[in-house]
Amino acid sequence: MAMAEKTVTRREFLLQVAQGTAVAATGAMLWLYMLRQEARAHPFALRPPGALPEPDFLAACIKCGKCVNDCPYDTLKLAPAGGNLPIGTPFFTPRDIPCYLCPDIPCMKACPTGALSPELNNINDSRMGLAVIDIENCLSWRGLRCEICHRECPLKGKAITLETHPRPISKHAMFYPMVHSDACTGCGICEKACPTEEPAIRVFPHKMVQGKIGEHYRLGWTFETEITQDFKPSAPSAAGSAPAKAPKKAPGMDYLNEGGL
Amino acid sequence: MSAIEPTRQDAQASLDKIHTRTLPQRLWSWRYIVLRRLSQLGILLMFFGTAHWGWQIAQDVPLLTGNLSASKFAGILPMADPFAVLQIFLTGHVLQTEVLLGAGTVFAFYLILGGRVYCAWVCPVNMVTDLANWLRMRLDVRPIFHITRNVRYLMLAAALVLSVVSGVAAFEWVSPIGMMHREIIFGLGLGFIALLAIFLFDLLILKNGWCGHLCPLGAFWSVIGHHTAQLRVRFDASTCTHCGECARVCPEPQVLNLKKIAEVGYVYSGECSNCGRCSPLCPEGSLAFDLRPLIRKHNERSARVTP
Ligand code: SF4
Ligand code: SF4
Ligand code: SF4
Ligand code: SF4
Ligand code: SF4
Repeated sequence: MAMAEKTVTRREFLLQVAQGTAVAATGAMLWLYMLRQEARAHPFALRPPGALPEPDFLAACIKCGKCVNDCPYDTLKLAPAGGNLPIGTPFFTPRDIPCYLCPDIPCMKACPTGALSPELNNINDSRMGLAVIDIENCLSWRGLRCEICHRECPLKGKAITLETHPRPISKHAMFYPMVHSDACTGCGICEKACPTEEPAIRVFPHKMVQGKIGEHYRLGWTFETEITQDFKPSAPSAAGSAPAKAPKKAPGMDYLNEGGL
Repeated sequence: MSAIEPTRQDAQASLDKIHTRTLPQRLWSWRYIVLRRLSQLGILLMFFGTAHWGWQIAQDVPLLTGNLSASKFAGILPMADPFAVLQIFLTGHVLQTEVLLGAGTVFAFYLILGGRVYCAWVCPVNMVTDLANWLRMRLDVRPIFHITRNVRYLMLAAALVLSVVSGVAAFEWVSPIGMMHREIIFGLGLGFIALLAIFLFDLLILKNGWCGHLCPLGAFWSVIGHHTAQLRVRFDASTCTHCGECARVCPEPQVLNLKKIAEVGYVYSGECSNCGRCSPLCPEGSLAFDLRPLIRKHNERSARVTP
């Protein structure tokens, strides 16, 4: 019967469409899963100077390796397949070779896509990562006079400072290296220079080590937050006249330390 | 010269011609294969030499930096893979002029020459799949199954759609082509496993499996070359005996549909990679590389002579 034949054909056809769709959908899911694994599952890579924020960087980098070619120190490598970093993208391992902060930024200039942003004009503004100190294993924090990271840091005095602390049984002070995120470029020269067996100072992507306070906290003893603006001593006027108005209270004073309780 | 309809004897005579070739004739028939290997390896060598031995074309002017995804020749000519750039564009990223210019240059080059010239003359994976195919013919491996060669266009579409969905250039992140040239130029990883998989797939599972059925880059270039390619294999139907040797060695035998190409006068399909396997083999000289405007003249001339 013509009718029956037609139904069978249609049924078969629909089934074939369903099968084709299933194969395509399975393939697409697998493909997406691989992309996720490759591109998103490894937040550890330190990128060359000027790299866009990681998701943008991963989208924009065409994996050409021109940055790698143009780095005079062989700092940069392209991540191989099967490694633990996003495939084909440039990264560096400071303990092997740090970034020496070339003033002319050849890696960034070589990048054809803008994955290394040409908006970076001063290499000291690059933020490849942030150095963190393991104070339990830092020789200086243990009381020895090391301070090699401080001496080697191209931004010493800004990215790393030394703080003196009294030492319990001696008159000689302790010198604690401290890293400051507003100046540290993440070049890793400190990590390379650190003399301990495993480096006691290491560079990580900011996301992995940096906390965030949150907007709602008010640091009452600073003059930066709104609440304390009332107490801020007014700036001495340029004309040299008397201060317009004395602050109501000394900074940081409240009922707890005014003795009013 | 034979009539319009060649006989079985004609075809047999052609086959006999092939089988009784002298050694020099055989070697000469490999000329395009040798040239293609030189081209493929030479390009890789230029990248490698620039990356590792500091090859320069002049003082402080590197020869060829980068890789097949994006590169710069002699410090002035930027090049980029238009398919990769298209995927990046689809992730929503605004690209810099240099890579756009580079992609435009390469695009124009293959648009005129024929897209899949990339496959046969540049792509390093072609060396792997050619080897698998050659071995497969020697070992006479029987086919297990067939799938349509159009799957590659589905892969092409999927690469573009998934780039939008995932926010990264979908094919570039899984491309065995990228793995191969990157790892040759920039150091070894596990990319060779992907190549081994392709090799075994082509050798034992599906003939011309990767390049002929799946590769989205090959599909991309097939589309690009289809209408505009100027370098084509000319077909002279008046001398052809239908011996079928060309289609036997062709990695894309569907492009050698003799009836259709006889009408047009050349292998018109963008899927032809201009690999040059068919033409040196053809015992009647019916197939030859030529430029499209010259092909028309040639065929007009032979049409005048034949009747
Ligand atoms: S700034 Fe210099 S040392 Fe650092 S990655 Fe770029 S080229 Fe290399
Ligand atoms: S030069 Fe730019 S696009 Fe090329 S690998 Fe480096 S970061 Fe990626
Ligand atoms: S990574 Fe180390 S050496 Fe480099 S800027 Fe930061 S603290 Fe200084
Ligand atoms: S089909 Fe793909 S892998 Fe094969 S030669 Fe062409 S681009 Fe290379
Ligand atoms: S038609 Fe000839 S040149 Fe084109 S792919 Fe086939 S064998 Fe190669």
